[in-house]
Amino acid sequence: MIEVKGLVKLYGSKRAVDGVTFTVKRGEILGFLGPNGAGKSTTMKMITGFLQPTAGTAIVDGHDVTQDPVAVKRRIGYLPESAPAYGEMTVDEFLGFIAETRGFRSAEARTSQVNRAIGLTHLDPVRKQTIETLSKGYKQRVGFAQALLHDPPVLVLDEPTDGLDPNQKNEVRSLIKNMATEKAVILSTHILEEVEAICTRVIIISQGRVVVDETPAKFQARQPGARLDAIFRSLTQSDV
Amino acid sequence: MSQITPLFKREFLGYFRSPVGYVFLAVFLTASVILAFFVGGFFRSNTASLETLFNFYPWLFLFLIPAAGMRLWSEEKRTGTIELLFTLPVTTLQAVLGKYLAAWAFLALAILLSFPMAITVAYLGDPDWGVLISGYVGSILMAGAYLGVCSFMSALTKNQVISFVISLLACLILLFLGLSIFNNALSAVLPTWAVDLLANFSFSTHFAAFTKGIIDPKDVVYFLSLAGFSLFLNVVVLER
Ligand SMILES: Nc1ncnc2c1ncn2[C@@H]1O[C@H](COP(=O)(O)OP(=O)(O)OP(=O)(O)O)[C@@H](O)[C@H]1O
Ligand SMILES: [Mg+2]
Repeated sequence: MIEVKGLVKLYGSKRAVDGVTFTVKRGEILGFLGPNGAGKSTTMKMITGFLQPTAGTAIVDGHDVTQDPVAVKRRIGYLPESAPAYGEMTVDEFLGFIAETRGFRSAEARTSQVNRAIGLTHLDPVRKQTIETLSKGYKQRVGFAQALLHDPPVLVLDEPTDGLDPNQKNEVRSLIKNMATEKAVILSTHILEEVEAICTRVIIISQGRVVVDETPAKFQARQPGARLDAIFRSLTQSDV
Repeated sequence: MSQITPLFKREFLGYFRSPVGYVFLAVFLTASVILAFFVGGFFRSNTASLETLFNFYPWLFLFLIPAAGMRLWSEEKRTGTIELLFTLPVTTLQAVLGKYLAAWAFLALAILLSFPMAITVAYLGDPDWGVLISGYVGSILMAGAYLGVCSFMSALTKNQVISFVISLLACLILLFLGLSIFNNALSAVLPTWAVDLLANFSFSTHFAAFTKGIIDPKDVVYFLSLAGFSLFLNVVVLER
Protein backbone atom coordinates (compact mmCIF):
# COMPACT_ATOMS: atom_id res chain seq x y z
CA MET A 1 0.00 0.00 0.00
CA ILE A 2 2.83 2.38 0.87
CA GLU A 3 6.21 1.82 -0.68
CA VAL A 4 8.94 4.20 0.42
CA LYS A 5 12.00 3.99 -1.79
CA GLY A 6 15.25 5.62 -0.82
CA LEU A 7 13.83 8.93 0.39
CA VAL A 8 16.44 11.64 0.90
CA LYS A 9 15.88 15.22 2.05
CA LEU A 10 18.65 17.76 2.20
CA TYR A 11 18.32 21.03 4.10
CA GLY A 12 21.29 22.97 2.87
CA SER A 13 24.07 20.51 3.47
CA LYS A 14 22.25 18.73 6.29
CA ARG A 15 20.80 15.32 5.45
CA ALA A 16 17.57 15.39 7.46
CA VAL A 17 16.45 12.13 5.82
CA ASP A 18 19.14 9.92 4.42
CA GLY A 19 17.85 7.05 2.29
CA VAL A 20 14.77 5.76 4.09
CA THR A 21 13.19 2.64 2.55
CA PHE A 22 10.29 0.55 3.86
CA THR A 23 6.86 -0.74 2.88
CA VAL A 24 3.56 -0.84 4.71
CA LYS A 25 0.85 -3.29 3.71
CA ARG A 26 -2.90 -3.05 4.19
CA GLY A 27 -3.80 -4.00 7.75
CA GLU A 28 -0.46 -2.94 9.14
CA ILE A 29 0.12 -0.22 11.72
CA LEU A 30 3.65 1.02 11.48
CA GLY A 31 5.11 2.73 14.55
CA PHE A 32 7.62 5.34 13.55
CA LEU A 33 10.08 6.01 16.35
CA GLY A 34 13.23 8.02 16.73
CA PRO A 35 14.81 10.75 18.83
CA ASN A 36 13.90 14.41 18.27
CA GLY A 37 15.20 15.64 14.95
CA ALA A 38 15.68 12.12 13.58
CA GLY A 39 13.66 12.93 10.46
CA LYS A 40 10.27 11.34 11.20
CA SER A 41 8.16 14.36 10.35
CA THR A 42 10.28 15.15 7.31
CA THR A 43 9.77 11.60 5.98
CA MET A 44 6.01 11.87 6.51
CA LYS A 45 5.89 15.23 4.74
CA MET A 46 7.55 13.66 1.72
CA ILE A 47 5.20 10.64 1.69
CA THR A 48 2.16 12.95 1.81
CA GLY A 49 3.48 15.10 -1.01
CA PHE A 50 3.96 18.26 1.02
CA LEU A 51 7.74 18.28 0.56
CA GLN A 52 9.60 17.41 -2.63
CA PRO A 53 12.17 14.70 -1.88
CA THR A 54 15.76 15.48 -2.84
CA ALA A 55 15.95 11.88 -4.05
CA GLY A 56 13.81 8.75 -3.92
CA THR A 57 10.04 8.51 -3.94
CA ALA A 58 7.00 6.98 -2.28
CA ILE A 59 4.31 4.94 -4.02
CA VAL A 60 0.94 5.15 -2.31
CA ASP A 61 -1.80 2.80 -3.48
CA GLY A 62 -0.08 2.54 -6.85
CA HIS A 63 0.53 6.27 -7.35
CA ASP A 64 3.97 7.82 -7.34
CA VAL A 65 4.00 10.93 -5.18
CA THR A 66 6.59 12.71 -7.33
CA GLN A 67 4.59 11.97 -10.51
CA ASP A 68 1.00 12.39 -9.43
CA PRO A 69 0.88 14.12 -6.04
CA VAL A 70 -2.83 14.95 -6.23
CA ALA A 71 -3.80 11.27 -6.65
CA VAL A 72 -1.67 10.42 -3.61
CA LYS A 73 -3.17 13.25 -1.57
CA ARG A 74 -6.66 12.01 -2.39
CA ARG A 75 -5.86 8.62 -0.83
CA ILE A 76 -4.11 9.80 2.31
CA GLY A 77 -5.51 11.14 5.54
CA TYR A 78 -2.74 13.17 7.12
CA LEU A 79 -2.44 14.60 10.59
CA PRO A 80 0.52 17.00 10.56
CA GLU A 81 2.59 17.54 13.69
CA SER A 82 0.81 19.95 16.09
CA ALA A 83 -2.42 19.71 14.05
CA PRO A 84 -2.59 23.03 12.21
CA ALA A 85 -6.10 24.35 11.41
CA TYR A 86 -7.73 27.61 10.40
CA GLY A 87 -8.27 29.09 13.86
CA GLU A 88 -10.98 31.57 12.96
CA MET A 89 -13.31 28.83 11.70
CA THR A 90 -15.60 26.77 13.90
CA VAL A 91 -15.05 23.01 14.03
CA ASP A 92 -18.13 22.52 11.84
CA GLU A 93 -17.03 25.08 9.26
CA PHE A 94 -13.51 23.71 9.16
CA LEU A 95 -14.52 20.09 8.69
CA GLY A 96 -17.12 21.21 6.15
CA PHE A 97 -14.36 22.93 4.19
CA ILE A 98 -12.18 19.82 4.30
CA ALA A 99 -15.12 17.67 3.18
CA GLU A 100 -15.81 19.98 0.27
CA THR A 101 -12.21 19.98 -0.96
CA ARG A 102 -12.17 16.21 -0.49
CA GLY A 103 -14.98 16.01 -3.04
CA PHE A 104 -18.15 15.80 -0.93
CA ARG A 105 -19.98 18.49 -2.83
CA SER A 106 -23.63 18.02 -1.92
CA ALA A 107 -24.76 19.42 1.42
CA GLU A 108 -26.03 16.00 2.60
CA ALA A 109 -22.83 14.16 1.74
CA ARG A 110 -20.84 16.85 3.49
CA THR A 111 -22.94 16.82 6.65
CA SER A 112 -22.86 13.06 6.89
CA GLN A 113 -19.06 12.89 6.53
CA VAL A 114 -18.59 15.70 9.06
CA ASN A 115 -20.98 14.09 11.52
CA ARG A 116 -19.23 10.76 11.20
CA ALA A 117 -15.79 12.31 11.87
CA ILE A 118 -17.14 14.37 14.77
CA GLY A 119 -18.73 11.26 16.26
CA LEU A 120 -15.53 9.22 16.00
CA THR A 121 -13.43 11.89 17.70
CA HIS A 122 -16.03 13.04 20.27
CA LEU A 123 -16.07 16.64 19.12
CA ASP A 124 -19.80 17.15 19.47
CA PRO A 125 -19.66 19.50 22.48
CA VAL A 126 -17.37 21.97 20.69
CA ARG A 127 -18.57 21.79 17.11
CA LYS A 128 -19.87 25.37 17.12
CA GLN A 129 -16.74 26.75 18.79
CA THR A 130 -13.93 28.48 16.86
CA ILE A 131 -10.81 26.34 16.71
CA GLU A 132 -8.52 29.01 18.17
CA THR A 133 -10.51 28.89 21.42
CA LEU A 134 -10.15 25.10 21.83
CA SER A 135 -7.81 23.42 24.31
CA LYS A 136 -4.76 21.65 22.93
CA GLY A 137 -6.30 18.19 23.16
CA TYR A 138 -9.45 19.29 21.33
CA LYS A 139 -7.37 20.93 18.61
CA GLN A 140 -5.52 17.66 18.24
CA ARG A 141 -8.83 15.85 17.88
CA VAL A 142 -9.93 18.30 15.17
CA GLY A 143 -6.74 17.42 13.30
CA PHE A 144 -7.51 13.74 13.71
CA ALA A 145 -11.12 14.21 12.58
CA GLN A 146 -9.86 16.06 9.50
CA ALA A 147 -7.55 13.15 8.64
CA LEU A 148 -10.33 10.55 8.99
CA LEU A 149 -12.98 12.57 7.23
CA HIS A 150 -12.88 10.93 3.82
CA ASP A 151 -12.27 7.43 5.20
CA PRO A 152 -8.94 7.15 3.35
CA PRO A 153 -7.17 3.85 2.63
CA VAL A 154 -3.92 5.28 4.02
CA LEU A 155 -3.42 7.19 7.26
CA VAL A 156 -0.27 9.12 8.09
CA LEU A 157 -0.41 10.42 11.64
CA ASP A 158 2.36 12.54 13.15
CA GLU A 159 2.13 12.12 16.93
CA PRO A 160 -1.63 11.53 16.95
CA THR A 161 -1.95 11.18 20.72
CA ASP A 162 0.17 14.23 21.57
CA GLY A 163 -1.68 16.43 24.06
CA LEU A 164 -4.57 14.03 24.67
CA ASP A 165 -5.72 13.00 28.15
CA PRO A 166 -5.24 9.34 29.11
CA ASN A 167 -8.84 8.43 28.25
CA GLN A 168 -8.60 10.02 24.85
CA LYS A 169 -5.24 8.39 24.22
CA ASN A 170 -6.84 5.01 24.75
CA GLU A 171 -9.82 5.98 22.67
CA VAL A 172 -7.66 7.10 19.75
CA ARG A 173 -5.52 3.97 19.97
CA SER A 174 -8.50 1.65 19.81
CA LEU A 175 -9.97 3.73 17.02
CA ILE A 176 -6.79 3.37 14.99
CA LYS A 177 -6.60 -0.33 15.78
CA ASN A 178 -10.19 -0.97 14.67
CA MET A 179 -9.85 1.02 11.49
CA ALA A 180 -6.53 -0.48 10.56
CA THR A 181 -7.90 -3.81 9.36
CA GLU A 182 -8.60 -2.33 5.93
CA LYS A 183 -6.08 0.50 5.98
CA ALA A 184 -2.36 1.06 5.99
CA VAL A 185 -1.31 3.28 8.88
CA ILE A 186 1.93 5.05 9.70
CA LEU A 187 2.07 6.79 13.04
CA SER A 188 4.95 8.49 14.75
CA THR A 189 5.15 8.63 18.51
CA HIS A 190 7.45 9.10 21.47
CA ILE A 191 5.36 6.79 23.65
CA LEU A 192 6.85 3.33 23.50
CA GLU A 193 3.87 1.67 25.18
CA GLU A 194 1.79 2.90 22.28
CA VAL A 195 3.91 0.81 19.96
CA GLU A 196 3.41 -2.25 22.14
CA ALA A 197 -0.31 -1.59 22.38
CA ILE A 198 -1.23 -1.15 18.71
CA CYS A 199 1.62 -1.35 16.24
CA THR A 200 2.22 -4.41 14.10
CA ARG A 201 5.66 -3.17 13.15
CA VAL A 202 8.31 -0.82 14.49
CA ILE A 203 10.73 1.34 12.58
CA ILE A 204 13.31 3.35 14.41
CA ILE A 205 15.09 6.05 12.54
CA SER A 206 18.11 7.83 13.81
CA GLN A 207 19.93 10.64 12.03
CA GLY A 208 17.79 10.15 8.96
CA ARG A 209 18.43 6.41 8.60
CA VAL A 210 16.38 3.34 9.42
CA VAL A 211 18.15 1.44 12.20
CA VAL A 212 15.38 -0.99 13.15
CA ASP A 213 12.51 -2.46 11.10
CA GLU A 214 10.80 -5.42 12.80
CA THR A 215 7.78 -6.57 14.81
CA PRO A 216 7.33 -5.26 18.37
CA ALA A 217 7.86 -8.81 19.66
CA LYS A 218 11.23 -9.12 17.92
CA PHE A 219 12.14 -5.68 19.15
CA GLN A 220 11.41 -6.70 22.73
CA ALA A 221 13.39 -9.89 22.20
CA ARG A 222 16.57 -7.89 21.56
CA GLN A 223 16.94 -7.57 25.33
CA PRO A 224 14.44 -9.91 26.98
CA GLY A 225 12.98 -8.43 30.11
CA ALA A 226 14.34 -4.95 29.50
CA ARG A 227 12.08 -1.93 29.26
CA LEU A 228 11.45 -0.74 25.73
CA ASP A 229 12.96 2.67 26.41
CA ALA A 230 16.19 1.02 27.50
CA ILE A 231 16.40 -0.80 24.17
CA PHE A 232 15.49 2.41 22.37
CA ARG A 233 18.26 4.26 24.19
CA SER A 234 20.93 1.70 23.37
CA LEU A 235 19.98 1.84 19.67
CA THR A 236 19.92 5.60 19.31
CA GLN A 237 22.64 6.64 21.68
CA SER A 238 24.92 7.90 18.93
CA ASP A 239 22.25 10.51 18.30
CA VAL A 240 23.31 13.35 20.60
CA MET B 1 -11.65 24.30 -11.79
CA SER B 2 -14.20 22.90 -9.34
CA GLN B 3 -11.43 22.47 -6.75
CA ILE B 4 -11.04 26.25 -6.68
CA THR B 5 -14.58 26.82 -5.38
CA PRO B 6 -14.14 25.58 -1.78
CA LEU B 7 -10.83 27.43 -1.46
CA PHE B 8 -12.43 30.60 -2.79
CA LYS B 9 -15.36 30.30 -0.39
CA ARG B 10 -13.18 29.70 2.64
CA GLU B 11 -10.88 32.60 1.88
CA PHE B 12 -13.65 35.06 1.02
CA LEU B 13 -15.77 34.22 4.06
CA GLY B 14 -12.56 34.30 6.13
CA TYR B 15 -12.51 38.08 5.78
CA PHE B 16 -15.78 38.20 7.67
CA ARG B 17 -14.96 35.59 10.30
CA SER B 18 -12.61 38.01 12.01
CA PRO B 19 -12.74 41.80 12.36
CA VAL B 20 -10.11 42.11 9.60
CA GLY B 21 -12.64 42.37 6.77
CA TYR B 22 -14.91 44.87 8.49
CA VAL B 23 -12.01 47.05 9.60
CA PHE B 24 -10.61 47.01 6.09
CA LEU B 25 -13.93 47.99 4.51
CA ALA B 26 -14.44 50.78 7.05
CA VAL B 27 -10.95 52.18 6.51
CA PHE B 28 -11.21 51.90 2.75
CA LEU B 29 -14.51 53.76 2.61
CA THR B 30 -13.52 56.43 5.13
CA ALA B 31 -10.28 57.06 3.29
CA SER B 32 -12.15 57.23 -0.06
CA VAL B 33 -14.61 59.76 1.30
CA ILE B 34 -11.95 61.92 2.96
CA LEU B 35 -9.71 61.89 -0.08
CA ALA B 36 -12.48 62.58 -2.57
CA PHE B 37 -14.51 65.16 -0.65
CA PHE B 38 -11.94 67.03 1.39
CA VAL B 39 -8.53 66.54 -0.12
CA GLY B 40 -9.68 66.24 -3.71
CA GLY B 41 -12.29 69.00 -3.57
CA PHE B 42 -15.17 66.92 -4.89
CA PHE B 43 -17.66 69.81 -4.52
CA ARG B 44 -15.36 72.54 -5.74
CA SER B 45 -14.52 70.64 -8.90
CA ASN B 46 -18.05 71.34 -10.09
CA THR B 47 -18.09 68.28 -12.26
CA ALA B 48 -20.57 65.50 -11.82
CA SER B 49 -17.96 62.74 -11.88
CA LEU B 50 -15.94 60.59 -9.55
CA GLU B 51 -12.68 61.49 -11.23
CA THR B 52 -11.43 63.13 -8.02
CA LEU B 53 -12.00 59.84 -6.21
CA PHE B 54 -10.51 57.65 -8.89
CA ASN B 55 -7.44 59.88 -9.12
CA PHE B 56 -6.60 58.96 -5.55
CA TYR B 57 -7.05 55.23 -5.99
CA PRO B 58 -3.50 54.47 -7.14
CA TRP B 59 -2.29 56.02 -3.87
CA LEU B 60 -4.94 54.55 -1.66
CA PHE B 61 -4.31 51.10 -3.18
CA LEU B 62 -0.60 51.50 -2.53
CA PHE B 63 -1.22 51.17 1.21
CA LEU B 64 -4.47 49.29 1.48
CA ILE B 65 -3.89 46.45 -0.97
CA PRO B 66 -0.62 45.34 0.64
CA ALA B 67 -2.59 45.45 3.91
CA ALA B 68 -5.28 43.18 2.47
CA GLY B 69 -2.82 40.91 0.65
CA MET B 70 -0.06 40.52 3.24
CA ARG B 71 -1.77 37.66 5.03
CA LEU B 72 -2.60 35.61 1.93
CA TRP B 73 0.38 33.26 2.10
CA SER B 74 2.40 34.55 5.06
CA GLU B 75 -0.32 33.54 7.48
CA GLU B 76 -0.63 30.04 6.00
CA LYS B 77 3.10 29.65 6.43
CA ARG B 78 3.22 31.04 9.95
CA THR B 79 0.35 28.96 11.32
CA GLY B 80 1.37 25.81 9.43
CA THR B 81 -2.00 25.52 7.66
CA ILE B 82 -0.06 25.52 4.40
CA GLU B 83 0.81 21.91 5.23
CA LEU B 84 -2.87 21.13 5.54
CA LEU B 85 -3.74 22.98 2.35
CA PHE B 86 -1.07 21.27 0.27
CA THR B 87 -1.93 17.79 1.47
CA LEU B 88 -5.49 18.26 0.28
CA PRO B 89 -6.10 17.13 -3.31
CA VAL B 90 -5.44 20.54 -4.89
CA THR B 91 -2.65 21.75 -7.16
CA THR B 92 -0.53 24.77 -6.31
CA LEU B 93 -2.13 26.71 -9.14
CA GLN B 94 -5.64 25.97 -7.87
CA ALA B 95 -4.69 27.09 -4.36
CA VAL B 96 -3.07 30.28 -5.63
CA LEU B 97 -6.05 31.11 -7.85
CA GLY B 98 -8.64 30.28 -5.20
CA LYS B 99 -7.06 32.56 -2.65
CA TYR B 100 -6.26 35.30 -5.13
CA LEU B 101 -9.75 35.41 -6.64
CA ALA B 102 -11.32 35.52 -3.19
CA ALA B 103 -9.16 38.46 -2.16
CA TRP B 104 -9.86 40.17 -5.46
CA ALA B 105 -13.60 39.70 -5.01
CA PHE B 106 -13.28 41.20 -1.54
CA LEU B 107 -11.43 44.23 -2.93
CA ALA B 108 -14.02 44.61 -5.68
CA LEU B 109 -16.66 44.65 -2.96
CA ALA B 110 -14.77 47.42 -1.15
CA ILE B 111 -14.51 49.44 -4.35
CA LEU B 112 -18.17 48.96 -5.28
CA LEU B 113 -19.28 50.05 -1.81
CA SER B 114 -18.32 53.55 -2.88
CA PHE B 115 -21.28 53.36 -5.23
CA PRO B 116 -23.41 55.56 -2.93
CA MET B 117 -21.01 58.32 -3.92
CA ALA B 118 -21.87 57.63 -7.53
CA ILE B 119 -25.54 57.98 -6.60
CA THR B 120 -24.74 61.34 -4.95
CA VAL B 121 -23.05 62.41 -8.14
CA ALA B 122 -26.10 61.36 -10.13
CA TYR B 123 -28.36 63.26 -7.76
CA LEU B 124 -26.27 66.43 -7.82
CA GLY B 125 -25.60 66.55 -11.49
CA ASP B 126 -25.88 64.70 -14.69
CA PRO B 127 -22.92 62.33 -14.69
CA ASP B 128 -21.53 60.51 -17.65
CA TRP B 129 -22.36 56.93 -16.70
CA GLY B 130 -19.92 55.61 -19.25
CA VAL B 131 -17.06 57.40 -17.51
CA LEU B 132 -18.26 56.19 -14.12
CA ILE B 133 -18.42 52.58 -15.26
CA SER B 134 -15.04 52.65 -16.96
CA GLY B 135 -13.64 54.20 -13.75
CA TYR B 136 -14.97 51.27 -11.74
CA VAL B 137 -13.75 48.72 -14.29
CA GLY B 138 -10.30 50.32 -14.25
CA SER B 139 -10.20 50.44 -10.45
CA ILE B 140 -11.09 46.79 -10.11
CA LEU B 141 -8.55 45.77 -12.76
CA MET B 142 -5.85 47.87 -11.13
CA ALA B 143 -6.71 46.37 -7.74
CA GLY B 144 -6.24 42.94 -9.33
CA ALA B 145 -2.76 43.85 -10.54
CA TYR B 146 -1.72 45.31 -7.17
CA LEU B 147 -3.10 42.23 -5.46
CA GLY B 148 -1.21 39.85 -7.75
CA VAL B 149 2.04 41.53 -6.77
CA CYS B 150 1.11 41.41 -3.07
CA SER B 151 0.10 37.75 -3.25
CA PHE B 152 3.47 36.89 -4.74
CA MET B 153 5.34 38.92 -2.12
CA SER B 154 3.41 37.31 0.74
CA ALA B 155 4.52 33.89 -0.48
CA LEU B 156 8.14 34.90 0.10
CA THR B 157 7.91 35.19 3.87
CA LYS B 158 6.00 33.94 6.87
CA ASN B 159 6.28 37.33 8.53
CA GLN B 160 3.29 39.56 7.77
CA VAL B 161 5.17 42.78 8.50
CA ILE B 162 7.91 41.90 6.03
CA SER B 163 5.24 40.83 3.58
CA PHE B 164 3.51 44.22 3.92
CA VAL B 165 6.72 46.20 3.53
CA ILE B 166 8.01 44.37 0.44
CA SER B 167 4.57 44.48 -1.16
CA LEU B 168 4.40 48.21 -0.57
CA LEU B 169 7.85 48.67 -2.02
CA ALA B 170 7.09 46.63 -5.12
CA CYS B 171 3.83 48.50 -5.71
CA LEU B 172 5.54 51.83 -5.06
CA ILE B 173 8.09 51.12 -7.77
CA LEU B 174 5.37 50.10 -10.22
CA LEU B 175 3.45 53.27 -9.41
CA PHE B 176 6.42 55.66 -9.49
CA LEU B 177 7.52 54.51 -12.92
CA GLY B 178 4.65 56.53 -14.36
CA LEU B 179 5.04 59.77 -12.42
CA SER B 180 6.37 62.67 -14.46
CA ILE B 181 8.66 63.95 -11.68
CA PHE B 182 10.23 60.58 -11.40
CA ASN B 183 10.49 60.18 -15.15
CA ASN B 184 12.06 63.61 -15.60
CA ALA B 185 14.69 62.61 -13.11
CA LEU B 186 15.19 59.34 -14.93
CA SER B 187 15.54 60.99 -18.34
CA ALA B 188 18.66 62.69 -17.07
CA VAL B 189 20.36 59.32 -16.94
CA LEU B 190 18.43 57.19 -19.39
CA PRO B 191 17.54 57.68 -23.08
CA THR B 192 13.95 58.72 -23.76
CA TRP B 193 12.89 55.41 -25.22
CA ALA B 194 14.00 53.64 -22.05
CA VAL B 195 12.05 56.07 -19.86
CA ASP B 196 8.97 55.60 -22.02
CA LEU B 197 9.37 51.87 -21.82
CA LEU B 198 9.59 51.99 -18.03
CA ALA B 199 6.61 54.34 -17.81
CA ASN B 200 4.74 51.70 -19.73
CA PHE B 201 5.04 49.38 -16.77
CA SER B 202 3.39 51.79 -14.39
CA PHE B 203 -0.03 51.43 -12.76
CA SER B 204 -0.77 55.13 -13.09
CA THR B 205 -0.05 55.37 -16.82
CA HIS B 206 -2.49 52.58 -17.57
CA PHE B 207 -5.12 53.67 -15.10
CA ALA B 208 -5.38 57.27 -16.35
CA ALA B 209 -7.42 56.44 -19.45
CA PHE B 210 -10.06 54.56 -17.45
CA THR B 211 -10.81 57.64 -15.35
CA LYS B 212 -11.50 59.56 -18.55
CA GLY B 213 -13.94 56.97 -19.80
CA ILE B 214 -11.67 55.10 -22.18
CA ILE B 215 -11.38 51.33 -21.85
CA ASP B 216 -8.35 50.59 -23.96
CA PRO B 217 -7.74 46.86 -24.48
CA LYS B 218 -4.00 47.55 -24.09
CA ASP B 219 -4.57 48.77 -20.53
CA VAL B 220 -6.83 45.83 -19.72
CA VAL B 221 -4.21 43.44 -21.05
CA TYR B 222 -1.51 45.22 -19.04
CA PHE B 223 -3.31 44.83 -15.70
CA LEU B 224 -4.34 41.24 -16.39
CA SER B 225 -0.91 40.17 -17.58
CA LEU B 226 0.80 41.84 -14.63
CA ALA B 227 -1.52 39.94 -12.30
CA GLY B 228 -1.00 36.74 -14.29
CA PHE B 229 2.76 37.03 -14.27
CA SER B 230 2.84 37.74 -10.52
CA LEU B 231 0.68 34.71 -9.86
CA PHE B 232 2.92 32.58 -12.03
CA LEU B 233 5.88 33.64 -9.87
CA ASN B 234 3.71 33.00 -6.83
CA VAL B 235 3.21 29.37 -7.91
CA VAL B 236 6.91 28.99 -8.68
CA VAL B 237 7.96 30.19 -5.21
CA LEU B 238 5.48 27.93 -3.47
CA GLU B 239 6.59 24.88 -5.43
CA ARG B 240 10.23 25.52 -4.78
N1 LIG C 1 12.65 23.77 7.13
C1 LIG C 1 13.77 23.24 7.64
N2 LIG C 1 14.97 23.82 7.40
C2 LIG C 1 16.11 23.30 7.88
N3 LIG C 1 16.17 22.20 8.63
C3 LIG C 1 15.03 21.56 8.90
C4 LIG C 1 13.76 22.07 8.44
N4 LIG C 1 12.79 21.23 8.87
C5 LIG C 1 13.41 20.26 9.58
N5 LIG C 1 14.75 20.45 9.60
C6 LIG C 1 15.74 19.59 10.27
O1 LIG C 1 15.56 18.27 9.83
C7 LIG C 1 15.79 17.36 10.90
C8 LIG C 1 14.63 16.41 11.00
O2 LIG C 1 13.49 17.08 11.49
P1 LIG C 1 12.08 16.37 11.76
O3 LIG C 1 11.10 17.43 12.05
O4 LIG C 1 11.80 15.46 10.63
O5 LIG C 1 12.38 15.53 13.06
P2 LIG C 1 11.41 14.57 13.87
O6 LIG C 1 11.99 13.22 13.81
O7 LIG C 1 10.02 14.73 13.43
O8 LIG C 1 11.59 15.15 15.35
P3 LIG C 1 10.54 15.32 16.55
O9 LIG C 1 10.55 14.04 17.30
O10 LIG C 1 11.16 16.40 17.39
O11 LIG C 1 9.23 15.69 15.98
C9 LIG C 1 16.04 18.21 12.13
O12 LIG C 1 17.43 18.25 12.35
C10 LIG C 1 15.52 19.56 11.76
O13 LIG C 1 16.26 20.56 12.42
MG1 LIG D 1 8.32 15.43 14.28
